[in-house]
Amino acid sequence: MTANGVFQLALALGMLLACVRPLGWSMARVYSRPAMQGERRLFRLLGIDSTAEMTWQRYAGAVLAFGFVSVLAVYAIQRLQAVLPLNPEAQPAVSPDSSFNTAVSFATNTNWQGYGGESTMSYLTQMTALTVQNFLSAAAGMAVLVALIRGFARRNVDTIGNFWVDLVRGTVYVLVPLSLVFALALVWQGVPQTVSAYHDVALVEPTADGDGKPVTTQRIAVGPVASQVAIKQLGTNGGGFFNTNSAHPLENPTPLSNLLQLAAILLIPAALCWTFGEMVGDRRQGWAILAAMFVIFLPLLGLTVWAEHQPNPALTALGVNQTAGNMEGKETRFGVPNSALWAVATTAASNGSVNSMHDSYTPLGGLAPLWLMQLGEVVFGGVGSGLYGMLVFAIVAVFLAGLMVGRTPEYLGKKIGAFEIKMASLVVLLPCAMVLIGTALGVSAEDGKKGVLNAGPHGFSEVLYAYSSAANNNGSAFAGLSANTPFYNGTLGLAMLVGRFGVMIPVLAIAGSLARKKHTPPGPGTLPTHTPLFVFLLVSVVVVVGALSFLPTLALGPVAEHLMTGSN
Amino acid sequence: MNTRNEAPSLFRADILRGAVVASLAKLDPRTQLRNPVMFAVYLGSILTTLLGARALSDGSGESAAFILGIALWLWATVMFANFAEAIAEGHGKAQAASMRKSRTEVTARRLIDLGTRQTADVPATELRVGDLVLVRAGDVIPADGEAVEGVASVDESAVTGESAPVVRESGGDRSAVTGGTRIISDWLVVRVTTLPGQSFLDRMIAMVEGAKRQKTPNEIALAILLAALTLVFLLVVVTLRPFSAYSVEASGQGQPVSLTVLVALLVCLAPTTIGALLSAIGIAGMNRLSRSNVVAMSGRAVEAAGDVDVLLLDKTGTITLGNRQATRFVAAEGVIERDLAECAQLASLADETPEGRSVLVVAKSQYGLRGRDLEQIKPHFVPFSAKTRMSGVNLDGQQIRKGAAEAVEAHVRTLGGEFPESVRRTVREIAQAGGTPLVVSRDAQVLGVIELKDIVKGGIKERFVELRRMGIKTVMITGDNPLTAAAIAAEAGVDDYLAEATPEAKLALIREYQQGGRLVAMTGDGTNDAPALAQADVAVAMNTGTQAAKEAGNMVDLDSNPTKLIEIVHVGKQLLMTRGALTTFSIANDVAKYFAILPAAFASTYPALKSLDVMGLSTPANAILAAVVFNALVIVALVPLALKGVRYRPVGAAQLLRTNLLVYGLGGLVVPFVGIKAIDLLLSLVTG
Repeated sequence: MTANGVFQLALALGMLLACVRPLGWSMARVYSRPAMQGERRLFRLLGIDSTAEMTWQRYAGAVLAFGFVSVLAVYAIQRLQAVLPLNPEAQPAVSPDSSFNTAVSFATNTNWQGYGGESTMSYLTQMTALTVQNFLSAAAGMAVLVALIRGFARRNVDTIGNFWVDLVRGTVYVLVPLSLVFALALVWQGVPQTVSAYHDVALVEPTADGDGKPVTTQRIAVGPVASQVAIKQLGTNGGGFFNTNSAHPLENPTPLSNLLQLAAILLIPAALCWTFGEMVGDRRQGWAILAAMFVIFLPLLGLTVWAEHQPNPALTALGVNQTAGNMEGKETRFGVPNSALWAVATTAASNGSVNSMHDSYTPLGGLAPLWLMQLGEVVFGGVGSGLYGMLVFAIVAVFLAGLMVGRTPEYLGKKIGAFEIKMASLVVLLPCAMVLIGTALGVSAEDGKKGVLNAGPHGFSEVLYAYSSAANNNGSAFAGLSANTPFYNGTLGLAMLVGRFGVMIPVLAIAGSLARKKHTPPGPGTLPTHTPLFVFLLVSVVVVVGALSFLPTLALGPVAEHLMTGSN
Repeated sequence: MNTRNEAPSLFRADILRGAVVASLAKLDPRTQLRNPVMFAVYLGSILTTLLGARALSDGSGESAAFILGIALWLWATVMFANFAEAIAEGHGKAQAASMRKSRTEVTARRLIDLGTRQTADVPATELRVGDLVLVRAGDVIPADGEAVEGVASVDESAVTGESAPVVRESGGDRSAVTGGTRIISDWLVVRVTTLPGQSFLDRMIAMVEGAKRQKTPNEIALAILLAALTLVFLLVVVTLRPFSAYSVEASGQGQPVSLTVLVALLVCLAPTTIGALLSAIGIAGMNRLSRSNVVAMSGRAVEAAGDVDVLLLDKTGTITLGNRQATRFVAAEGVIERDLAECAQLASLADETPEGRSVLVVAKSQYGLRGRDLEQIKPHFVPFSAKTRMSGVNLDGQQIRKGAAEAVEAHVRTLGGEFPESVRRTVREIAQAGGTPLVVSRDAQVLGVIELKDIVKGGIKERFVELRRMGIKTVMITGDNPLTAAAIAAEAGVDDYLAEATPEAKLALIREYQQGGRLVAMTGDGTNDAPALAQADVAVAMNTGTQAAKEAGNMVDLDSNPTKLIEIVHVGKQLLMTRGALTTFSIANDVAKYFAILPAAFASTYPALKSLDVMGLSTPANAILAAVVFNALVIVALVPLALKGVRYRPVGAAQLLRTNLLVYGLGGLVVPFVGIKAIDLLLSLVTG
């Protein structure tokens, strides 16, 4: 890798780290301060009793109810978009299975896209269904995280906050202001923000179509792009306005826009670590979690960057100059380092936006993004959801450590008992089960096999990638899989629902159980959880669980492919 | 004190024989169902046996020898797990049997009339709570009870293993007697407090036999985690079949992975090492505890002992020897020390209290004063009275007195004497140092001061240092005034003290610590300790204590050694650590097993995966068998560790974790690579 490449990676990650503290601090303020005058009026207007605290059961009920209404709303808007306004391109109603899939996808903060945006969705659908969910599903994830943090911080109480208040605060004070600033920056860089119809422009270099007819004009898709891209990156959504996502020149036009979008992917998940430390009253705990994330992230980034600098053996055989590395599926304006960093960041965080096509990565280059999703989206992960997933792994790590030092395990002063372990097991088990069972269905059912476009282990990887992405609410697509079919729309939709709510509910149960417990002050027999030793243990637990669950599938997919292309 | 029953050798022949039989009995599916991890192995064994039988009969598919080889080793895995549990139970049973031997059919003399001492002989089994029985020298006490009359020396070796007899007497803190123990001299009237069959000895036997063993909270949590892991691996294995079928289709070569291989993979991945040894670890922990002469009423309490933050100890009899003792004589100005010693000795001749006797000891050892011939000197003794607060002797017309400073001062003033300033100073100094000053006078002259001190038990300071290293804070509880308490606390090296303690104050202190999230352990023996014992999280009652104290505690120390808690904490921590270490080891093993089995399972579909076979195993069949054999043998190899427990050292949590991660984590990663390779070498020699 060139010095320039190293510099660009360091610049993006350095920017990110610089923002962790101020943003993390202000988010902690947002969720812990008492309601202000104007805010109380807003809540009254919405019919929310902002002072009513919820038990974990009520909190979970609210999360589920909100999720259900969200799915319903997004589904309805897609089905009715043909008769609704703001549809200059006269897009017809979206098919029922695709509508279901997309509704679930956006309400669960997955943003898996089985459709092509500019050729399917009206402006109204993009703005009121998809972009609105980009905000709300992200805020819901953050709300559940904050509830879990309160579980750690509170003592001897039954309640963990008020979901509606947390939802509104996350949206109004965190996501909207950040997106507004970010969208303006994107507009400045040339991203369109308009509701006008698509443009027909004359080609500079006229060409001919397949039948030899001359083609002199091109239809350029535009729309309210900047506003959606901003929240798409910040809210770990990833659902692009255009089909090719941030590889599209109007969605990501310049090196600067690319740098900003890259940093935005990891911004909130990283900063929430600080929020966590701040809210539990021990900032070192937040740094330890963030450190654990980086310890997993950096080697995998290294693997992908290295792998993508290798030439493609098939092209080498044709005598193609590949000094730039494996450039298939990558934008020449981004090159290998920025594409690889994006690929690893977007799968580490459950973002899923792309600026290059992962399907064209070398087998090992594609393995890192695939495995990062399979780890359960806990390395940064989704806004809120990533950190609560990581904290559940921390609970498991603390439990193991507690046994090994001969003391009933405690994390942040809360004793970890059978109930927490039961719920933590569910959190680890459910997404993992969805990936394995889903992939098994995909490669056994005729409907599943029909969608696979590539032969051999690569085809297997495509199916595996799709379910890994859906069940862990990432939304990144490998491509090479025709997923807009009733079979994939249905099964992937189901995987997304289980991966989201099957995790959120046990997490809230843990929050409720922890909040009821008393606080045990640390003594000499307590294992400190802010030390490199604990970070190492936490990383080991995440990596070992991920490895043991997915080694066979990785062996049959990317590893087999790598060994076979290597031996060719 | 502190007699520890000899640990029976881990593999005693008779226990081994019994264990083999018991392991066969444990093949009952209902027994197997209790352990989800091993139940999965059990089902796998049945499945592969059936597959093997089918292959034998129709000769198709995989080689029958391979399938049956796997089946054999899966059964071995199940049997090894059963065997580990049976050995642990066997040790408990052996211990219980030796206890039971001491119990014979007892006939009790039930008192019909307390006044006339008229008794009727009834079998001990017919006694009811509240019955009064008379027990004479040579009799076995028929039931647990409380002495209501009499004093006797009792041989309690049946429960304590301690051969020296102990004194039991009515009233006070030494009134509890245990059924099955024998009176050596004198007699007692005992009120029965427990029904036959529920006596202390019965409960002890049930406890060590493991009949009443309940899973502890951490054991339950671990079992859940292990079941979840097994479920993950079940999913991995079940979905591997369609994955492999698809891969065969895609690559156009090879066979889908067989059921036998899938079962083998599942058993290797599932945490069988810890699953197989989990209950053995628990039983062995309780055995270790009863070997150190502690009877725990629940496993929960033992586990909680590992978490104790604060230990409350009674001063008297625990930190200090039972009574204050004279340590030195300080003469008043102008008085010869020997003169003082002589008078102190004379004043104490008739004093039968331990304090009085200790004065004689000092007089003899420090001043060489022999005992007096009382016939010759014809003294007239003045006993201690609450009114004068002095005692002494009238001899040759002289009044020799000893007593509290104020009492003696009043006494000499009435005789026209003065209380010298130097003595007043000495009195103050001794009191400030935690001692008790006794002033000695002869007629109107004050001779000097006897210093009485609480004697801190030898070796106790080191025990407290050890407790501190374990992260346990020690708090001394005493009825003394704060000044005395502080001095003794400093001398004994406890971290804190509660002076002028009442039962209410003890209870309040425990509650205060608990409110702060601390786990409190307490040792006590008196009836007035019962409320505090009931409130404490871990309550160790002394066996010499009252029945009330024993009922309130959740453990009884048969040696009545208050610092026994150190051993209990060790056992509690070892229980957790052994489970944690073996879990880590078990999971770390999986990495090597994947490297053995995956290339073998997909050898025909993707030959390129052969390069994952870092161990260079001989054939796919041998590789899989080697992994299964290793998995089975490692259980046997770890049985001694499970029974003995991982060593606990009080070095702080981080250090312990680092060590155990290195030994069991890294070890668990590396050992199977070596082991599987070695087994594969042997297998390839056998198969040629």
